[in-house]
Amino acid sequence: MSGRGSRVALGLLAVGPLAVAGCGGNQDVLHPASDPQRAITHLWWIMLIGAGIGFGSVVLLLFLGWARRNRPGLSKTGGSRETGLVVLFGVAIPVVVLVLLFVYADVFVMRSTAAPRPGATAMTVRVIAHQWFWEARYPGTDAVTANEIHIPVGVPVDLVGTTDDVIHSFWVPELNRKIDLIPGRTNRILLEADRPGRYRGQCSEFCGLQHAHMAVEVVAQPKARFRAWLRNQARAARAPATALARRGRSVFLAQACSGCHTIRGTPAQGSVGPDLTHVASRRTLAALAIPNTPAELRRWIADPQAVKPGAKMPGLRLSGAQLRALVAYLDGLR
Amino acid sequence: MTVVDVAGARTRTDRLERIWAHRPGVTGWLTTTDHKRIGLLYLFTTLAFFVAGGVEALLIRTQLAAPNGTVLSPSSYNAVMTMHGVTMIFLFVIPMTTGAFGNYLVPLMIGARDMAFPRMNALSYWLFLASGCFLYAGLFAGSGPNAGWFDYVPLALRQYDPGANIDVYALGLIFNGMSSTAAAINFITTIFKLRAPGMSMNRMPLFCFAILAVSFSLLFALPPLTINCVFLELQRQIGFHFFDVAHGGDPLLWQYLFWIFGHPEVYIIVLPAFGIATSIIPTFAQRRMVAFPLVAIAELLVAFIGFGVFAHHMFATGLSTITLIFFAAASMLVVIPSTIQVFAWLFTVTGGRPDFKAPLLFIGGFIVFFVAGGLSGIMFAAIPFDQALTDTYFVVAHFHFIIFGAAVFPLLGGLYYWFPKVTGRMYHEGWAQASFWVTFVGTALTFFPMHIVGLLGMTRRVYTYGPGLGWSGYNLAETVGAFVLAAGLLLIAANLALSRFRGEPADADPFFGGTLEWTVPSPPPPYNFAVVPLVTSPYPNWDRADREADALRLARGDLVLDEGHETPSSTVRDARLDEILEMPSDSPWPLAVAACVALVFVMLLTRHAVVAGLAAGLTAIALCGWHLQEPEET
Repeated sequence: MSGRGSRVALGLLAVGPLAVAGCGGNQDVLHPASDPQRAITHLWWIMLIGAGIGFGSVVLLLFLGWARRNRPGLSKTGGSRETGLVVLFGVAIPVVVLVLLFVYADVFVMRSTAAPRPGATAMTVRVIAHQWFWEARYPGTDAVTANEIHIPVGVPVDLVGTTDDVIHSFWVPELNRKIDLIPGRTNRILLEADRPGRYRGQCSEFCGLQHAHMAVEVVAQPKARFRAWLRNQARAARAPATALARRGRSVFLAQACSGCHTIRGTPAQGSVGPDLTHVASRRTLAALAIPNTPAELRRWIADPQAVKPGAKMPGLRLSGAQLRALVAYLDGLR
Repeated sequence: MTVVDVAGARTRTDRLERIWAHRPGVTGWLTTTDHKRIGLLYLFTTLAFFVAGGVEALLIRTQLAAPNGTVLSPSSYNAVMTMHGVTMIFLFVIPMTTGAFGNYLVPLMIGARDMAFPRMNALSYWLFLASGCFLYAGLFAGSGPNAGWFDYVPLALRQYDPGANIDVYALGLIFNGMSSTAAAINFITTIFKLRAPGMSMNRMPLFCFAILAVSFSLLFALPPLTINCVFLELQRQIGFHFFDVAHGGDPLLWQYLFWIFGHPEVYIIVLPAFGIATSIIPTFAQRRMVAFPLVAIAELLVAFIGFGVFAHHMFATGLSTITLIFFAAASMLVVIPSTIQVFAWLFTVTGGRPDFKAPLLFIGGFIVFFVAGGLSGIMFAAIPFDQALTDTYFVVAHFHFIIFGAAVFPLLGGLYYWFPKVTGRMYHEGWAQASFWVTFVGTALTFFPMHIVGLLGMTRRVYTYGPGLGWSGYNLAETVGAFVLAAGLLLIAANLALSRFRGEPADADPFFGGTLEWTVPSPPPPYNFAVVPLVTSPYPNWDRADREADALRLARGDLVLDEGHETPSSTVRDARLDEILEMPSDSPWPLAVAACVALVFVMLLTRHAVVAGLAAGLTAIALCGWHLQEPEET
């Protein structure tokens, strides 16, 4: 009876992850896109096989107990033979298995996921976590962006992480393990992608009301395209092209916007919210909470608390005309 | 059976009934020092908190059933999620295992008439009740703890959490810890000193070994938590800088102190479950535990090594490699005592003639979940895997297999197993087995898919998630599972509630159990044992000759202790009869002291330092009253 339930559980354990291997979004531990993550994923499959064998033998023993429950003639004393079996299965075999796992995981795999030594990589990205968005800076350039970290394909990047407020944790499952960003500390991790693509990640240390909407996207691009992107991001904001957009800029500078946001090349130098110099070049808004379209941008500015309750951005009670102009201006910041 | 002087035995038990009689009615319960009554108070109180924690769990699962759920707002989700953890750990599992099961069973299993400090035992209960009400009063007043059950700073500092929420948490846990500390001291003394003559350490029931290990763990694990919460309150209320980088503090200090408590805590939660398993298995396999001394040592070792693994909760914080390696090695080492126990249980079952009644079924389910959760636990000792999957739903799956599958299943089995002892009636076996299967399927369906969504990148403590990440189907399955699980638990509750009134009468020993609680009538009389039992093996109830000798001694008046409110004490290792202890009587003072302490905490929370000081003075006066009331002479 107990054996039957166990077999169901075993079936689940074996089949479940296999069914998973084919689906999922782009935040999937089982779809590695870098050497470190491949080592971790490989470690997982090996441990799953080991765990399957261990679990299977326990369920088998339980089943044996059930199947032989009616056999006659037993004393009420445990024999010394079984004590030997307990030592064999409970001490000897686990010790061997654990030592092997320890050497494999905690020496070899750990080495391949180690953080780079400072200066050991050709490129560095600084990530500063905020409640609830990610700021990314590219040392050596003026580029500052948010929630969308571009890297060149095949180039190891030293990600240097800090936090502006509470503890956050940077994790992009398809690229590497995670690293906590803790006040007073600078933590580093190796970021590398061996094929172009968008890799989603999410804050994985509980950080308050909008912990759920603190996602990040790593965009791996061929080197040439990455260089072009970085050149553009490093430039000051382009001047508004239409009259409407110019009115939008005035709204931005006159209203509270500029107190919190920076638009390089304008007097707006706030440092509470994300840098908006090239906001229109980003695919999403509010740390991947909504897509970056004019309609969504308008909804976001009109009432941020409806989109992301608790976010630090207040609703400004702008008129319809002001809102239209502001959206036109921001949408031009490519 | 030998001829017994029935009249002599009757006279003595009548006298014991008079000496140990409870006060009638509600007063009797409010002033009780009887470990069985205190155990029952604990049982019903923890069950109430279990219902609260369960409702919170269902709210969480309903919110997460589909993407972009709107059942809970982000702020209420955070409070519900935090209170679910705080409730299940501090207000359900610990007080249920030690307070309810430990209190009721330890004296009965070791042949004592009460706990070593009966009034302190009552105090533990009242403090526990008050601390639970304190935490829930905070929740209902809109200031429920909301920074997760491990309450990391700086998120929990005033700057980011300005309300009283975190003060409720910190003061509530200090308050709750007082109760657990008192209980732990009581268990250690009881187990060391009140064992029946002849019950040397190597003959002590394994359940008592587990409670002993848990009590020592609590005693050493709670001070770091208490100190941490004191630091937090000093920083929040008076402006100290323990966790404040700008003034030389460090937020990691909180994590270290928290997990020095928090990991031993895991073993505090599961060890009593191990103890219940080692009680149920020999009874239903009808044989002694295989490798009894190894299992006893393993129980103590788990508790000890459990103190050396805490930093594996911090593998992603950027610790040095040498620290990582040390704690990973220790985390692998702690596996060994657990594998010893697992195989001792398994070989006891396979080599016996197991009777798969409901209690043993629950132990079977326990072994399945414990092994599955243990194996995923080993994975977290592989540092890079831990660093990838920590703080995801994979870890949520892992620890729910342990805390629900491994810790609560034996409790459920234990509820059935000792139900006839406590109530004198049998539960309904058919419905009990059905309830097992519903609970088992519900548990597997709720927590197994969490492994998968964790691997798919779902982080824990998110109040919602978007579509398109491949998580929706698994989350829906988990929610369905949670309701199946709730149905299973309701079946158990209904079975026990109905059986309490309509069940078949049960005799003293319906399952042929081996330990001493099965030698006394069901339900046990207030004095537990009419005659002090003399023990010669770990399974005294299977030593028929010894028990017949006990009956003869009762008739003869040999070691009956019917002259006063008395219990024997014995030497720590060999359990030679040491002296006869006069036990304190019922008393209203524990309740009074707990009420004064509660007043202190309420005043600290509401920032009335002066009134809090006055209440502390009141507590001191109540303690004087407690000690001035001498044990009543009979």
